[in-house]
Amino acid sequence: MTAPGGVLPLRRTPLRRLAGVDRLAVAGAVLLALVVLAALLAPWIAPYPDDGGSATHPLEALVPPSGAHWFGTDQVGRDVLSRVLFGARTSLLIAVAVLVISGVAGVVLGVVAGYAGGWVRDVIMRVTDVFLAFPALLLSLALAVVLQPSVTTVIVAIAVTWWPWYARLTASVAASVATRGFVDSARCLGVPAPVIVFRHVLPNSLTPVLVQLSLDGGGVILTAAALSYLGLGAHEPTSEWGLMVQQGQSLFTTDWWVVTFPGLAILLTAFAFNVLGEGLRARLAR
Amino acid sequence: MTRYLIRRLGQAALVVAGVVTLTFVIMRLVPGDPAVAYAGPRASPAELAAARRQFGLDDPLPVQLWTYVRDLLGGDWGTSLHTRRPVRDDLFQAFPASLELVGAALVVAVVVGIPLGVAAARYKGRLPDLSIRLSSMLAVSVPVFWLALALQTVFASGLGWFPVAGEYDTNLDRTSPLHVYTNVTAVDALFTGNWPILASTLSHLVLPALVIAAYPAGVVAQMTRAALIEESARDHARLERALGFGETAVLTRFALRPALNPVLSLVALVFAYSIVNGFLVEAVFNWPGLGRYAADSIRSLDTPSIAGVTLLVAVLYVAANLAVDLLQGVVDPRVRAR
Repeated sequence: MTAPGGVLPLRRTPLRRLAGVDRLAVAGAVLLALVVLAALLAPWIAPYPDDGGSATHPLEALVPPSGAHWFGTDQVGRDVLSRVLFGARTSLLIAVAVLVISGVAGVVLGVVAGYAGGWVRDVIMRVTDVFLAFPALLLSLALAVVLQPSVTTVIVAIAVTWWPWYARLTASVAASVATRGFVDSARCLGVPAPVIVFRHVLPNSLTPVLVQLSLDGGGVILTAAALSYLGLGAHEPTSEWGLMVQQGQSLFTTDWWVVTFPGLAILLTAFAFNVLGEGLRARLAR
Repeated sequence: MTRYLIRRLGQAALVVAGVVTLTFVIMRLVPGDPAVAYAGPRASPAELAAARRQFGLDDPLPVQLWTYVRDLLGGDWGTSLHTRRPVRDDLFQAFPASLELVGAALVVAVVVGIPLGVAAARYKGRLPDLSIRLSSMLAVSVPVFWLALALQTVFASGLGWFPVAGEYDTNLDRTSPLHVYTNVTAVDALFTGNWPILASTLSHLVLPALVIAAYPAGVVAQMTRAALIEESARDHARLERALGFGETAVLTRFALRPALNPVLSLVALVFAYSIVNGFLVEAVFNWPGLGRYAADSIRSLDTPSIAGVTLLVAVLYVAANLAVDLLQGVVDPRVRAR
């Protein structure tokens, strides 16, 4: 989205550019880096690493936040801070797996559709239309009911609903890349179609998809948390934020910390992805 | 326009056919035997066989798909395993309640989101813009089920400002019984002049509607801002500025109307998403809509009901898409050429 007619909008000095957009992307990246660090270092920085799993301390159940337990303890006496830190691993694992699987599937199908055009494009696009007709949570709900509840189920269920966006986006970009001069020259030189598609068209169609992927991390985290909250995802003793909210929800009025901190963790992670994605998108739009 | 209409209707029909097929395939993947779920765990082999025959489970898959489609078209959406009633009747009863909730939420989202988007565009790059953008990103990042629990705990259980759960105080059924026409309680109460139930429904609506409104309000604000900024960089805006209109007047008097077009189609598309998001909220607030029905169906592995809910929402989404495209085709002839 450049300014139409080449008119520069007012008040867009380099300083403001740096202040407005890049600061946002940087803030998102820093937040996200913190979450990633928490996930990677969970076994070392968690105050009670065993509480991330199946340890129980019935005598210390539902202790309010204190110096010993910053976020308090849950129904079976596990340290909530430790479980929130370990929960970052589950959430990020799901997010990365879903984005990689659906990103690869979507980009491959999209680039083929965009380059080939004709009936190949029509068939692929109609199939994506069908998948896009289901709101992501709805289709993953139906799938998660059908499969056994587990982290793998959540990944599969969300990935199945997520790829069409990337297929559609890549197809439109690839279609315009395919009309460029260097693709014509490659074709005239007798380069085989698969090589043209994957060596030349694909790398030049990636940027918008990569931005979209970083923007979608938050959506995946929220959908995964919702599935776990409904009991269709991770189960005990895995530390998973949505599951922690579900297990603690009846205690909210009396022991608020059991539900509040995992929820805040979901919010913070999704927010980090969204801020980063917004910053990147605004930058790309220039 | 006629050709565009026919082509677009054909596309939508194709997508709906795909949606039905996909729903059918997913429902066939269920590990449990639906005949066992229906006949009960202590059924004799003969009863099981009868149930299998009744559901046509012995037929080849394509035949089953064909039967499924024929029944759907004939208005038979199957029998719910947990309510033992026709799924279609269940959906007819549950959907209006969801519609009421999501409708209220979308009104809130538009009323809050558009002015915020305008304010952000007006003060682009400055503090109000940054804070509006950050809060709209917070709004789209919040897990709805958690927000629902938090608001319920603080404002209903804690402060007692709003009722904890339900659609209205059912004790009122005795003092001022409601005549049901549309199944949308607020509408029925309004048109039959049933003020106690109307007031009760509205107070029950506040918290769940606010929770569902968070996401659409966030995207509406972002979209309004983006569309306004694009619009105010066009030539007509330069002219208006040259004529001496202030920045606020350029935005609200001239740029807002063309900018609202994409915003309103966004609202139509967010509608189906909000219905599904509302599932989680309905479960928390015990709202008698599709979400609670879906939650009960999931708990009892009730495949016909889950298939019914899935189909209904997907078809709604296709319909919303179609409506947006057709409206834009009417308003903007360039759309038809695509």
